[in-house]
Amino acid sequence: MVTFKINGQVVKAPEGTTILEAAKKMGIEIPTFCYDSRLKPHGTCRICVVEVEKAKSLQAACSTPIAEGMSIWTESEPVVEARKEILNLLLSNHPLDCLTCDKSGNCTLQALCQKYNITGSTHQGQKSRYERDESNPFYYVDLNKCILCRKCVLVCSELQCSDAIGVADRGFASHITPPFEKDIEHSNCVSCGNCVAVCPTGALVPKRKEKFSYGEVQIVQTTCPYCGVGCQMELLVKNNKVVEVRPVFAKPNDGLLCVKGRFGFNFINHPDRLKKPLIKKNGTFVEATWEEAYQIIVDKIKEIKEKYGSDALAGLASARCTNEENYLMQKLFRAVIRTNNIDHCARLCHASTVAGLATTLGSGAMTNSIAEVLDADVIFVTGSNTTETHPVIGAKIRQAIRHNGAKLIVAEPRRIDLAKDADVFLQIKPGTNVALMNGLMSVILEEGLYDEDFIRNRTENFSELKKIITAFSAEKAAEICDVDVQDIRKAARIYAAGEKGAIYYAMGITQHSTGTQHVMSISNLALLCGNIGKEGVGVNPLRGQNNVQGACDMGALPNVYPGYQKVNSPEVQEKFEKAWGFKLSPNAGLTLPEMLEKAENNELKLLYIMGENPLVSDPDINHVRKALENLDFLVVQDIFLTETAQLADVILPAVSFAEKDGTFTNTERRVQLIQKAIKPIGDAKPDWVILMEIMDRLGYKKEYLHPSEIMEEIAAVTPQYGGINYFRIKQEGGLQWPCPTKDHPGTKYLHQGHFTRGKALFMAVDYQQPAENADEDYPLILTTGRILYQYHTRTMTGRVEGLNKKAPESYIEIHPETANKHKIEDGEIIRVISRRGAIFTKARVVDIVNKNIVFMPFHYAEGAANVLTNNTLDENCKIPELKVCAVKIEKIEI
Amino acid sequence: MDLYRSHILVCAGTGCTSSASMEVRDNLKKEISRLKLDKEVMVVETGCFGFCNLGPIMVVYPEGTFYCQVKPEDAKEIVEEHLLKGRIVSRLLYSEPESEIKVSDFDKIEFFNHQKRIALRNCGVINPEKIEEYIAHDGYFALAKVLNEMTREEVIDVIKKSGLRGRGGGGFPTGLKWEFAYKTPGTVKYVVCNADEGDPGAFMDRSVLEGDPHSIIEAMAIAGYAIGAEQGYIYVRAEYPIAVNRLEIAIAQARELGLLGKNILGKDFNFDLDIRLGAGAFVCGEETALLTSIEGHRGEPRPRPPFPAVEGLWRKPTLLNNVETYANIPAIILNGADWFSSIGTEKSKGTKVFALAGKINNTGLIEVPMGTSLRTIIYDIGGGIPNGKKFKAAQTGGPSGGCIPAHLIDTEIDYDNLIALGSMMGSGGLIVMDETDCMVDIAKFFLEFTQEESCGKCPPCRIGTKRMLEILEKITQGKGVPEDIDNLETLARTIKNASLCGLGQTAPNPVLSTLKYFRDEYEAHINDKKCPAGVCQALLTFYVIAEKCKGCGICARVCPVAAISGKPKEPYVIDSEKCIKCGACIEKCKFGAIVKM
Repeated sequence: MVTFKINGQVVKAPEGTTILEAAKKMGIEIPTFCYDSRLKPHGTCRICVVEVEKAKSLQAACSTPIAEGMSIWTESEPVVEARKEILNLLLSNHPLDCLTCDKSGNCTLQALCQKYNITGSTHQGQKSRYERDESNPFYYVDLNKCILCRKCVLVCSELQCSDAIGVADRGFASHITPPFEKDIEHSNCVSCGNCVAVCPTGALVPKRKEKFSYGEVQIVQTTCPYCGVGCQMELLVKNNKVVEVRPVFAKPNDGLLCVKGRFGFNFINHPDRLKKPLIKKNGTFVEATWEEAYQIIVDKIKEIKEKYGSDALAGLASARCTNEENYLMQKLFRAVIRTNNIDHCARLCHASTVAGLATTLGSGAMTNSIAEVLDADVIFVTGSNTTETHPVIGAKIRQAIRHNGAKLIVAEPRRIDLAKDADVFLQIKPGTNVALMNGLMSVILEEGLYDEDFIRNRTENFSELKKIITAFSAEKAAEICDVDVQDIRKAARIYAAGEKGAIYYAMGITQHSTGTQHVMSISNLALLCGNIGKEGVGVNPLRGQNNVQGACDMGALPNVYPGYQKVNSPEVQEKFEKAWGFKLSPNAGLTLPEMLEKAENNELKLLYIMGENPLVSDPDINHVRKALENLDFLVVQDIFLTETAQLADVILPAVSFAEKDGTFTNTERRVQLIQKAIKPIGDAKPDWVILMEIMDRLGYKKEYLHPSEIMEEIAAVTPQYGGINYFRIKQEGGLQWPCPTKDHPGTKYLHQGHFTRGKALFMAVDYQQPAENADEDYPLILTTGRILYQYHTRTMTGRVEGLNKKAPESYIEIHPETANKHKIEDGEIIRVISRRGAIFTKARVVDIVNKNIVFMPFHYAEGAANVLTNNTLDENCKIPELKVCAVKIEKIEI
Repeated sequence: MDLYRSHILVCAGTGCTSSASMEVRDNLKKEISRLKLDKEVMVVETGCFGFCNLGPIMVVYPEGTFYCQVKPEDAKEIVEEHLLKGRIVSRLLYSEPESEIKVSDFDKIEFFNHQKRIALRNCGVINPEKIEEYIAHDGYFALAKVLNEMTREEVIDVIKKSGLRGRGGGGFPTGLKWEFAYKTPGTVKYVVCNADEGDPGAFMDRSVLEGDPHSIIEAMAIAGYAIGAEQGYIYVRAEYPIAVNRLEIAIAQARELGLLGKNILGKDFNFDLDIRLGAGAFVCGEETALLTSIEGHRGEPRPRPPFPAVEGLWRKPTLLNNVETYANIPAIILNGADWFSSIGTEKSKGTKVFALAGKINNTGLIEVPMGTSLRTIIYDIGGGIPNGKKFKAAQTGGPSGGCIPAHLIDTEIDYDNLIALGSMMGSGGLIVMDETDCMVDIAKFFLEFTQEESCGKCPPCRIGTKRMLEILEKITQGKGVPEDIDNLETLARTIKNASLCGLGQTAPNPVLSTLKYFRDEYEAHINDKKCPAGVCQALLTFYVIAEKCKGCGICARVCPVAAISGKPKEPYVIDSEKCIKCGACIEKCKFGAIVKM
């Protein structure tokens, strides 16, 4: 501890504390422009200068550490003179248009000028003149207002790690610019807006649809509704409209957002929003009252249940809705309708993770936390285009590389953006991950690089793994994966040499007919090197949707109740019968693909879909359409008239995340709040209210006044959520399950000391080919994925102008040689055909895919990739093989 | 080894080579060959002698005859007369400025005989491209001594006791710096040499690198041993091609002899060096900016603390010294701390190299003991002010320094005296000004430079120097108002007090020191709209003194804007509205009839 004085007051603080931090702790405010707690102090703006007795000159509080006996004055005469003069100088090169400036009321320069009573500059001299850069759809750059604090540059290069902007020229002419003085649109900018969020003046400002001033908005903190990272953000609301979104400086995102979270909010108040229940009459939708809609639904449920039995009904819960809503949805089907036919889109994403990791480790969730990305010294990314699908985690991976020297291994069929940061990039053939993992393990075994103690003390079945792996080799893996064997060896050595090796994976691993095996082989690799059960390591499946983790946790799965408690366990059944007061079915229900199959076969009569759009997201769309059309009755509950909703008999208008309270559980098992910022649009209702009212009409009389009451019920029946309630979530900034009791702090990483299943299990697996391979008729392998600027089936992002400007339409990536062979040019509309269907889409000729591989994003209903994809299922967990199918491409002859 | 009866030392520094010393050398060799003197006379290229305005320079030994301003065509005469016939070519001898006495003996020239050469000990003496010559002058003996006889602590102790202070300008005690770097824990440390000499007109470091590169290599290896570093970097301007080339040669030679690399001199000590080229930004002479630039980033300063000795290059403990500082190290190790500290003043030990420039007869590079008076430098070494003009002020410390007025000419130059006078030692630039220099204009000149060279990172320097310059421009254009002086002072205070790095913190010095000693000149510009020195064009009026004018009309003919009119044999008149003050008329008037005021 160091003893020193601030403004005459004697205080102590730990060594290394800066003057700024020490003052802040004492409640003394020192002004800053360039300070950001996430960055190393860079001392640029000088407004934080303070007087340190005996020092030659004033010292920057942000970068000067306190020292023993130091005496600091934060507002002495020389300090105030210097601050005033700095403001005077800044103002001498700044327009004085505060009255019309978008940033007014939220501008640090304005606030400090007010504080130090600077009304204008005393200096007349040259002013900089720059054209406003309007090229980005989401924000504009007005360098005339830039005070060159550099926060934008540092945030872009050190936190977001995009390197889109830097400083050019020097002295008075220095200014922030993308490389080569181009506009921002022609740079590496990913439109995350993280620079905009830290700009202290009006130099970087979001483009506005609505005029507003910062003084007149309400601010509500909530959780981002897009991917599974679960970023915390604030909604700025004026007149029941969300007018801006800003990041929150808290876990898990530390003030970062991506383009969707930051700028993709205009769907909330979009005119297309469903405002009234719709009932299909003679093929067209007619507006109805809630009572009418409810009556039809309740009658149909009763009728079909009576006629065909409970199992002729099924429900699809939603990874987009809250925990409370998913809980009610499964309760509606299990308790009120009495069937376990409840599933949701997790079936299409991480069903294999849940099955695979439950088998090997005992728990099918991300083992470690997002913040721990920065603790890893080796990061292995496979089957995940992280910087596009989980941008904030992608940024953190890059931070780990840049700031901590972490090594990166990337194994992907496409040369994704992260590949350029990688120490080893393995451009593997789609669907060959098991071979790759086995190859890596064979090198590790061969060279004795495994963690013997860990294997002996914490695992079982190692001998079985050894048998399979020794029969395999790096050379074989190289041949199957179509990569250089030396790269496999290098990757194996890097991963094994790491003190803390962390694996991050997503759909590239899970969406295969051998998805479970894929997941288990990843688990094997991590166990082999002892990379589970400590900080900064792990097997980390990145969950794709805001609440897909929560929907699984809530038992929106046909075989488990909330908390993964098996439906076929009599004790569990008894527990829930007691808790809910209903007789329950002991049989596992149908999975999503099985529901569609049964619908096509007339065995399933009624489907109730909440917040999902299988007609775009599911494989083999022609088959999905047939199945849905064949239903007796289809209820769709959504915020927009989706492709799926158009097939419905009744559509119920639900509200968006901005119009309700609830909780989402993010990919790192953190349960976080969403908070109501605006009143529901039109007559739309929160999903939990709709479900409660339907249950009520079906005879289950239970009224919840607020979702927090549902959470109390969840906590009572779900061991992992036992200690979670709204008060604690708010107080503690989210809680990571397992959190079994009210005094449990939550769990940062899983399997510390012992695995959920006791000892971890090696599950040796042999490589198997994908269900469909390239052949003479269909010579190319199509793999699909997400892109940064769209989200899932575009229900939300499709309504955001800027995002559609960035990524307007479906396309297919083709290698130049392949394109050339077919005489296809970049930008040309071509036909893509698989055994299941054909579509038209635009060719994008790029060399980031190999010659025999093509890639399509699956977001678009026009030119939908999922018309082509294969619905062959993994027999363990019923996940379809969305990532690999055989196609051919054709030039359209005119 | 071959023995020669004569050696001709030809300066191969930047100054002399740019005035064709290499052609002189070639011609000398040709002539020597022609007269078959190859086995008797050897031509040696050396580093800079320092007397740069007299280049090309050469000295013929053993006589020690000093020839200056030698042209390639003089080679024949020198060889035939001096080397063959033993007759000195007196027309190429140096003559002292005041007395005009010709001096043939190198040692007797005033410019040289007041100097004491430690840092420049080998410059103009050895061939810098031959490591053998360096070794023959005790080169690498100091390294051998520390590796064989001294502990790291003892090395640091000698440097500390010697009283050597940083020659880059800051004057921080070198030994203390070494001790910090030594004491900071870390397995990887770096030694860096700051050869990013940027002050206008300064070329001390260039001359050392060109004339004695091995002394820097040796010193850095000693420093590496002392602090525990195995890698060093020399950050040198790309505009110094000769220095870079000689450094490259020297590093290669040192590696070849095992004086760099693994197990140096058979000891358990590894050290190697690499060169990093700077792109000419003045701010990169600031230590943190220099390190940032070596790291591959835009050369900009970062906050201190952490100081480089704690967290420097790639965040590792780093010792950073300037070329001249390093050049002193081997001499101190060999001759001892007491020897070094016996030279100089109480707080400034040893010698200092200055680049003499401006209104002075002998311009060039000199090395004098600390504490030498300005008078000795200007009048004894520098040969006084040309054309009988009056000495007005001396600017030390380059653009970061200040002006010392004539009445302080007896000041003994050392770090602390200069600071007390509002100037600073800086890297050793010394510009002499006479009565025809306008001090406001001088301040403007230096501010133009710092403003141009500001990296733009912090607002006080980025905008503040710009605004100061704008005010000075206004004043020199006759648009100044009395408040401008207050404004300059407030700005100067803020820039000094609040800037991030040394560039900004010292940028106002030329203005502050001229305001301190020459305030009346500012006031004359502002209040009377006059430039007393007759420099600021906008404040001048040209007119014809009727009594002196013979009416020849030549002024009217040369005037580019037809501002002069008159009848032959009658006094002419200048229309001051039209006059653009180009001075062509003054130049042409044979009768001194046109004056400016």
